[in-house]
Amino acid sequence: MSLDAATIRRIATLARIRVEDHELTSLAAELNGILGWIEQLNEVNVDGIEPLTGAQQMALKMREDDVTDGGYPEKVLANAPDRAGSFYAVPKVVE
Amino acid sequence: MTLTELTIASARQGLREKQFSARELTEAHLAAIDALNPRLNAYVTVTAERALAQADAADAALAAGKLAPLTGIPLAIKDVFCTEGVRTAAGSHILEPFVPPYESTVSANLLRDGAIFLGKTNMDEFAMGSSNMTSAYGPVANPWTRRQDNAALLVPGGSSGGSASAVAARIAMGATGTDTGGSIRQPASFCGIVGMKPTYGRCSRWGVVAFASSLDHPGPFGRTVEDCAILLGSMAGHDPKDSTSADVPVPDFAAACRRGVKGLRIGVPREYRMDGMPEDIERLWRQGLDWLRDAGAEIVDVSLPHTKYGLTTYYIVAPAEASSNLARYDGVRFGLREDGADLRDLYERTRAAGFGAEVRRRVLIGTYVLSAGYYDAYYLRAQKVRALILRDFTEVFVHVDALVTPTAPSAAFAQGENMDDPIKMYLNDVFTVPANMSGVPGISVPAGLDANGLPLGLQVLAKPFDEETVFTVGAALERTAQFHASPQIRAGA
Amino acid sequence: MGYAIKGSTGVWEVVVGLEVHAQVISRAKLFSGAATDFGAPPNTQVSFVDAAFPGMLPVINRECVAQAVRTGLGLNSQIHLVSRFDRKNYFYADLPAGYQISQYQHPIVGEGRIEIELADGSTREIGITRLHLEQDAGKSLHDRHPTKSYIDLNRAGVALMEIVSEPDIRSPEEAGAYLRKLRTILRYLGTCDGNMEEGSMRADVNVSVRRHGEPYRTRCEVKNVNSVRFVMQAIEAEAKRQIEVWESGSAVEQETRLFDPAQGSTRSMRSKEDAHDYRYFPDPDLLPLVLDEAWVAELKAKLPELPDAKKRRFMQEYGLPAYDAGVLVAEQATADYYEAVAKGRDTKIAANWVMGDLFAALNRAGRTIADSPIPASSLGKLLDLIADNTISGRIAKDVFEAMVESGEDPATLVERKGLRQVTDLGAIEGVIEGVLAANADKVAEYKSGREKLFGFFVGQVMKAMSGKGNPALVNEALRRKLT
Ligand SMILES: [Mg+2]
Ligand SMILES: [Zn+2]
Repeated sequence: MSLDAATIRRIATLARIRVEDHELTSLAAELNGILGWIEQLNEVNVDGIEPLTGAQQMALKMREDDVTDGGYPEKVLANAPDRAGSFYAVPKVVE
Repeated sequence: MTLTELTIASARQGLREKQFSARELTEAHLAAIDALNPRLNAYVTVTAERALAQADAADAALAAGKLAPLTGIPLAIKDVFCTEGVRTAAGSHILEPFVPPYESTVSANLLRDGAIFLGKTNMDEFAMGSSNMTSAYGPVANPWTRRQDNAALLVPGGSSGGSASAVAARIAMGATGTDTGGSIRQPASFCGIVGMKPTYGRCSRWGVVAFASSLDHPGPFGRTVEDCAILLGSMAGHDPKDSTSADVPVPDFAAACRRGVKGLRIGVPREYRMDGMPEDIERLWRQGLDWLRDAGAEIVDVSLPHTKYGLTTYYIVAPAEASSNLARYDGVRFGLREDGADLRDLYERTRAAGFGAEVRRRVLIGTYVLSAGYYDAYYLRAQKVRALILRDFTEVFVHVDALVTPTAPSAAFAQGENMDDPIKMYLNDVFTVPANMSGVPGISVPAGLDANGLPLGLQVLAKPFDEETVFTVGAALERTAQFHASPQIRAGA
Repeated sequence: MGYAIKGSTGVWEVVVGLEVHAQVISRAKLFSGAATDFGAPPNTQVSFVDAAFPGMLPVINRECVAQAVRTGLGLNSQIHLVSRFDRKNYFYADLPAGYQISQYQHPIVGEGRIEIELADGSTREIGITRLHLEQDAGKSLHDRHPTKSYIDLNRAGVALMEIVSEPDIRSPEEAGAYLRKLRTILRYLGTCDGNMEEGSMRADVNVSVRRHGEPYRTRCEVKNVNSVRFVMQAIEAEAKRQIEVWESGSAVEQETRLFDPAQGSTRSMRSKEDAHDYRYFPDPDLLPLVLDEAWVAELKAKLPELPDAKKRRFMQEYGLPAYDAGVLVAEQATADYYEAVAKGRDTKIAANWVMGDLFAALNRAGRTIADSPIPASSLGKLLDLIADNTISGRIAKDVFEAMVESGEDPATLVERKGLRQVTDLGAIEGVIEGVLAANADKVAEYKSGREKLFGFFVGQVMKAMSGKGNPALVNEALRRKLT
């Protein structure tokens, strides 16, 4: 599998990272280099193997249904690049 | 007495016996930072005032006889741990303006135990790197230089390069790091200090800027195995705020350092003997095994057949998780914002301007391997290989108590080297990555110098939650290696 | 044959599946300790976890899991003892982490079914495909500023149950019945308040059309429809649109659409289309959710009686017709009210009063049964006054209206207003004599065969007695006097 410019554009859009035209060639070379190297995984026989997400061998612990957090709008807004009163502000989204 | 030369264990003693005050100890470190940090760039933020206030509080506690395990000990905190009121940027431009309104669990545990924070240390951007060259805040210098060429600046390893450099240069007594593919152990090896990656779930990830959630392990740096054990004792423990945190008791790690290795079975994985590995590393590895054999351990050849695939698996799993974990850096609630014509344009410009080349590369790879049509071939397959890697370890630990391997396939290299080819850079982590895939604990202990006079580390791995054996074997190597060389750039030198 | 739409080339069948997002009733959010109350000031119910600050991690709320299990049990569904959380990745202003934690591959609840009743009295089973837990997003406000959208994260992270039906629904009526039944069950269980106006229940409607006997054709998803009526309208509008597309020789394209209630039509939602690749993968911050079988059994044992079972019981125990039982169990509060009134009384008369006079009064007052001006105990006492002949059924209606006004106890009201019915035969006969004397001409007509006039005499007597005469005694005495 090899990434062409259109595919790189598509994944860059999915990842919301602006990629300039002049970056495409070098980016394609780098990414294809990495993906080509990764292909060695195809040698491994994984028949019947259950996929492993994480090494932690236990079940999820559950929290009680108590309100223990929140109630500090100033803290959650303090780092915001733009705000309007107690709202975060972004360029208008047209739906 | 040069205060900056003390180990944590001996400084604790000195503070208790009132040989010096926490303020004196802290001031000595702050002065050394002033002198050396311009050369090393190990710290991105120095919190001198805060540190002195903490030192005074420590002295008051010492005077009142209220002793906590780390009262008065000055430490450095990797800039990936959120620290309340102190800028936390994780080596990235995108977090440059970010001041967390909360303290990570690990750093909070250290503060609870009386530690003093000197500042925040430089790191590869979002912990993605093995050289500290990807930091938006400039490269970190390794305090060690080559015997023949002491002008060339070497990398400290990465991603916790700032922490490793600071501890090696004696401008921190110990430090925190995070290890996602080797980011504690490899820089420890490059800088001639001890770096410990505990079992996954041993140290809480709450408040640690995430790179790859299933692989990120907070852990300590020290100049001795015992110092790492002391630090880990404070950092570790169950945290209900982290669902992957293990609810298991924290043993006395320092006590494990004093145990002998007699009767332990030490495995030597044959797959770690790699083509093209420098002879110095081979020699040191053999020597380390001889030392352990002489101390009464039994050396056993073992096989971890999927070792070879650890790194490639890692370069699917880690970018996949990172592509999702880093989606929150969008210029809306915190961090950098680049204005755009509309929201999408704002996102794309913010993230293009805020992320460096390596982060962008990994986010794109991660997005690709999770995308429709490719998930099974890449991500799902990698998860299955990961299961095989864990199985290798599970099976081998039925037969042996610990594994001993080189930490890294090379010594520290020069800044700018290995930069042209990402894969060459990635190969740095070939020996460390399997422990992240499987979550087993590991340590890197300095064991000798190569022909250039640069430090080399040996890695000890053991089964999950058996950090005690890691410390026991690590301390045995340390005792025999008698590694007393020190870097050219260091406080008091 | 059932519902069908006639196109220009023939008759089409409608195929509908519903995805309902039901907000879980819980104090705290699914993965954080922030509160869930409706209508709080902006960003006050937001933790650092909900705002996806660096290093923040999710920890699951046990009650939200319990609510999903209860709902699964209430929907006759399989409970999966092992389930898992995945991340659904996409960028949106009100999605702070850039992903929604959801259950994609391994939901907590599997297949089940709901029985719906239709207007003609028939019933049908609609299959449930699955139910999974996921996080709600925040809210974007687009109308507060000319060039900016405002973001409020109060709702971000609140637990939702996504309940997906099989494509078993074949008409707008069935869709309406399904939604109402689902809402009833959720309310009985106390797992969702079912309030579509406040957005605590939203439906995505998957619509396709086909000729009878054909395999399924391409479907379109009409997103976020927020009332039962709109769902029914959206299905009809979308089905008609698709039929036109097919009949014009084109093909329906799979896409996401929006229903515009003002226009009564659906329109394409291209904005959501362009990057439809959610890159689901298991959330590495969470471990598998493993349920203890005993815990599930305990939740099951504590489930309330659900509407289907209650309806059956009402029919058996109270002898009610299916329709009445169905109406009375539609809301738990109505069923409870009815049972309190019916207990130890004539169950059918009780049903008539609840479904007739009480519902009418509530309707007029714009109230629900929960805040009824007449408590069940009072209505019960009123029925007792009829039963023991203290008042007539006629007078009871007046007493009932007075009770609605004043909230007074019926017995007190009857005494105070002197409404107790007259059963003294002498007194009744006295009034009758007066009436007959005053209407001698009518008496003559009656006796000559115009028996219809009997009702006139009853009316006159009752009028003279202000309606308080015992109707049976009045009738009997009149008949005697007129022969
Ligand atoms: Mg949907
Ligand atoms: Zn959903």
